[in-house]
Amino acid sequence: MMDALWNLIGDDLAALQIAMPLLTATVCILVRRPMLAWGVAMFNAWGAVVNASILLHRVLTTGTISYAEGGWPVPWGIELRIDLLNALVLLVVTCICAVVLTAAPRALAAEVPEDKHYLFYAAYLLCMTGLAGMTVTGDAFNIFVFLEISSLASYALISQGPSPRALTSALQYLMMGTIGGTFILLGIGMLYMVTGTLNIVDMANQLGAVGPNRTVLVGMAFICVGAGIKLAVFPLHVWLPNAYTYAPAVVTAFLAATATKVAYYVLVRFIYSIFQVNFAFEVNRLDAVLIPVGIAAMFVGSLVAIFQDDLKRMLAYSSVAQIGYMVLGLGLANEHGLTGGLVHVFNHALMKCGLFLVLACLLVRVGSTKLAAFAGLGRRMPLTFAAFVLGGLSLIGVPMTVGFVSKWYLVLGALDAGMWPVAVLILLSSLLAVIYIWRVVEVGYFRTAADDAPEVSEAPFSMLLPTWVLIGATVVFGVWTSLSVGVASAAARMLLGGAS
Amino acid sequence: MSAASAVGLAVVWPLFAIVLIVILRKSPNLREAGTLLTGFSLFGVVAGVILPVVTAGGRPRLDVLEVLPGLSLAFEVEPLGMLFAMVASGLWIVTTFYAIGYMRGHHESNQTRFYICFAIAISGAIGVAFAANVFTLFVFYELITLSTYPLVTHAGTEKAKKAGRMYLGILMGTSIAFLLFAMVWTWLAAGTTEFTPGGILAGKVTGVELMVLLALYAFGTGKAALMPFHRWLPAAMVAPTPVSALLHAVAVVKAGVFTVLKVVVYVFGIDLLATTDASRWLTWVAAFTIIAASCVALTKDNLKARLAYSTISQLSYIVLGAALATTAGVIGGGMHIVMHAFGKITLFFCAGAIMVGAHKTEISELDGLGRRMPFTFGAFLLGSLSVIGLPPMGGSWSKWFLMLGAAEAEQWVMMLVLMASSLLSIGYLMPVVVRGFFRAAPADDHHAGEGLHEAPLLCVLPPVFTAVGGIVLFFFADDLWRLLTGMVP
Amino acid sequence: MFDWGLYNYWVVVFLMMTGLYVVVARGNLVKKIIGLNIFQVSVIMFYVSMGKVLGGTAPIEAEGFELFSNPLPHVLMLTAIVVGVATTAVALALVVRIHEAYGTIEEDEIREIEGEEHRS
Repeated sequence: MMDALWNLIGDDLAALQIAMPLLTATVCILVRRPMLAWGVAMFNAWGAVVNASILLHRVLTTGTISYAEGGWPVPWGIELRIDLLNALVLLVVTCICAVVLTAAPRALAAEVPEDKHYLFYAAYLLCMTGLAGMTVTGDAFNIFVFLEISSLASYALISQGPSPRALTSALQYLMMGTIGGTFILLGIGMLYMVTGTLNIVDMANQLGAVGPNRTVLVGMAFICVGAGIKLAVFPLHVWLPNAYTYAPAVVTAFLAATATKVAYYVLVRFIYSIFQVNFAFEVNRLDAVLIPVGIAAMFVGSLVAIFQDDLKRMLAYSSVAQIGYMVLGLGLANEHGLTGGLVHVFNHALMKCGLFLVLACLLVRVGSTKLAAFAGLGRRMPLTFAAFVLGGLSLIGVPMTVGFVSKWYLVLGALDAGMWPVAVLILLSSLLAVIYIWRVVEVGYFRTAADDAPEVSEAPFSMLLPTWVLIGATVVFGVWTSLSVGVASAAARMLLGGAS
Repeated sequence: MSAASAVGLAVVWPLFAIVLIVILRKSPNLREAGTLLTGFSLFGVVAGVILPVVTAGGRPRLDVLEVLPGLSLAFEVEPLGMLFAMVASGLWIVTTFYAIGYMRGHHESNQTRFYICFAIAISGAIGVAFAANVFTLFVFYELITLSTYPLVTHAGTEKAKKAGRMYLGILMGTSIAFLLFAMVWTWLAAGTTEFTPGGILAGKVTGVELMVLLALYAFGTGKAALMPFHRWLPAAMVAPTPVSALLHAVAVVKAGVFTVLKVVVYVFGIDLLATTDASRWLTWVAAFTIIAASCVALTKDNLKARLAYSTISQLSYIVLGAALATTAGVIGGGMHIVMHAFGKITLFFCAGAIMVGAHKTEISELDGLGRRMPFTFGAFLLGSLSVIGLPPMGGSWSKWFLMLGAAEAEQWVMMLVLMASSLLSIGYLMPVVVRGFFRAAPADDHHAGEGLHEAPLLCVLPPVFTAVGGIVLFFFADDLWRLLTGMVP
Repeated sequence: MFDWGLYNYWVVVFLMMTGLYVVVARGNLVKKIIGLNIFQVSVIMFYVSMGKVLGGTAPIEAEGFELFSNPLPHVLMLTAIVVGVATTAVALALVVRIHEAYGTIEEDEIREIEGEEHRS
């Protein structure tokens, strides 16, 4: 039976990554009961994880996978193309989607009315469709389409937060996100004008034949700005703090670990696979823009995070800083630097999602995510508190955690490029992380809960388990790095060597 | 068992104490028995299995795993690490006895957390001692910092919180900003961070860069309390005295100066430093710290604060020994790790005993107390003699070798610095003894004339034990010397 | 016919700037959405006009039709129009809910209400 199933779908796994969540979302809308809809969504999510693992394994053993949608020959038809880079990103996105979904029912109960849960799961799956589609496709315009799908679903998801500010945050994100997406569309249009194709590989080849051309340069600029808005790189990050703060905790955990990562992937794909290193960095000195922007993001994000009272907002600004690290890795354009940026996609997803799930646990039990809610947590909810401390240590970059792995490669990349001041800056910004993490640890450790605070027990198991899976993974993958670093460095070498 | 597996076992063994402590946490006596059992067995493994191999010239090695390409977690025992591990594991036992007496005498809370963090810190110290490369050392170095934070902030008061902030801020700050950078630089220059006799940087890093790299290591090791990164030590005095004893004799500060010594001998190599004169500036920084800290110690009335600044001064003896880049200098530095550990732990034990027995913390309050607490003050006298560097205390030997090292390097000023520091230490340590024995008790003292009124037994026996240990070490200095010469073949 | 030069690109630029200006400068949320629409339309115009071949017709397979304008941008823009419609729909839905929650759809008034809530 398994063989029959395999023969049936074995070749179409890439397409199933897009089709399954889409169909399952529809089923969720038809199924009104919340837990039933959740069950359907879980089936899809974990199936997608298995799917992504198989795809990664295939890429590692047999090389790049190319799938022609609808049988139309490449490059006229739409191609789904999975190489090491997007296999890694796909694995991250599907795993985060599944793990967060496991924690979802209890967390949602605290913020979203129960009669809306089935719609929530449907929107969640639609977002997943868009993200998976963006990751697997080998067609530039397709990236735009899936980008908009995921964005629209995420606007809807964010607006579900209990506060009315969730609505204005969602609208603000909509405005900025649409402008970003449209800029990407404009950039793609310019590239199409010059090359006559939308297929990424074909586009890269055609661009090689075209000489110095201002249209291509302007196209690159629009794409970088557009992706930058979706990526929330400083100074285009303005939508992120509000969106992350007022969205339901589950949505924040999901989006923090996926949406910006996929936007980063899009940026990497365009710069390295389409424009390629020579045009982007040597002729047009894109590194002169990306590196300062990355450093600015690192410091501004961390500094502002230190002064936040709401912990979700603090972690949101911390995310802005971490995105700065990734952009810095991109800008360094050498093997160590790009490896650092790519492995940070994996590592940061684990860290941030884990930390936001801790906040979700806090919300369910204590009812607030303000700093004061952490008072005495070391005693009241020791496992939750321990998860936060461990995730925080990873954010700081203590060795044997994933945060250290990313920092190691970024520092090496900076030193390889001969920019030792940048290396020093990377280390200094880690110290800022010590400050804002330790602020929270102190409150949890020293301050005792107010006398009138209700008795709280440990977080529910269905939420504690996914949290600890992620936080545990930050330690496991900090020690056993051969998967994450191996794939990331192989992807980096491939990207720096030429088109995929 | 083989020496290699004993090495790995020794590093994780204290963590088994945690299991015992958690299981037995409801009954204090059994819980403490768990710690003691682990402590004795750890010392047994370290002294019984690993020491003979190392004294015979062996270097047992255990490769655990490769974390990143070129960065692996590995352990290799050499003479200096052997000594540090012996000190750490041996004094853990003594400190645990003392802590039982102190924590109960002082009715301290959160004792389970206390003993757990203690165990983790010792595990970190053993890990630092046995580290085969800079990366492994860095991992366990950070483990020590993080595990001793709850110990420093044990009291949970606002003052403890502020002290904890300074502690963590300086130690983590220096380790991330400087030490990590130094490690990356070393890795890039030499292709490895392995500790190798003779060093790994010869020909790879030269000139000013060599001095900068040394600076990054020296200041990056915040636990060595080189000025200006020394403020965490007096701030950490807010911790309970067993913690201060642990910090100032066993785990934290010795890990710091051990790191400096190890890096100087096995990453730079004393030949490289001697020929390029790259560590000359470090001798001046160390000398400044020695003198300045001693002077500040003279001004402190709080006994623990005075001892803290004395520690800062004594630690720079070891850094000076390393910076002199001579055989006698590094041997003297290594020996001083042992001698100062015993001497200083005695002094801190006494300070805690005075606090528990007589509820006094300021030196000006100690008049006449020696007659009521003769054993405590007697031990204090012996500990002071060791720190000052007078026979028949072990401290005299380490001072002798340090002076020899300064002479070998023809740095006569440093010899003067060492001698001046001895005079200063007489100045800040002897008043305690003099006041205690020779001054009359103040008129309003209730207990005057009551006869013997010592601190609890468990607070008095450990300092006496370590004081006597200092005398014993005087006679075994030769064995230490023979072991340490294995560092620089 | 005659050489129009770069006139289509000027239209695109004009529309884009108008749209962005309205998004940024107007306080009324519905007007912002209208501005966003104008901005999106400018890109649609860009694609469609880039596909035009002078003297070309729609791709009809029959006698007398030799030169075709490029139909691909038209297809792409059908998708983009749908995306635009969906975005507008979501945006308007959000505005309706904002109106329910805040009682106004003027940005400055909303900001005032949010500021008060924050202070209280």
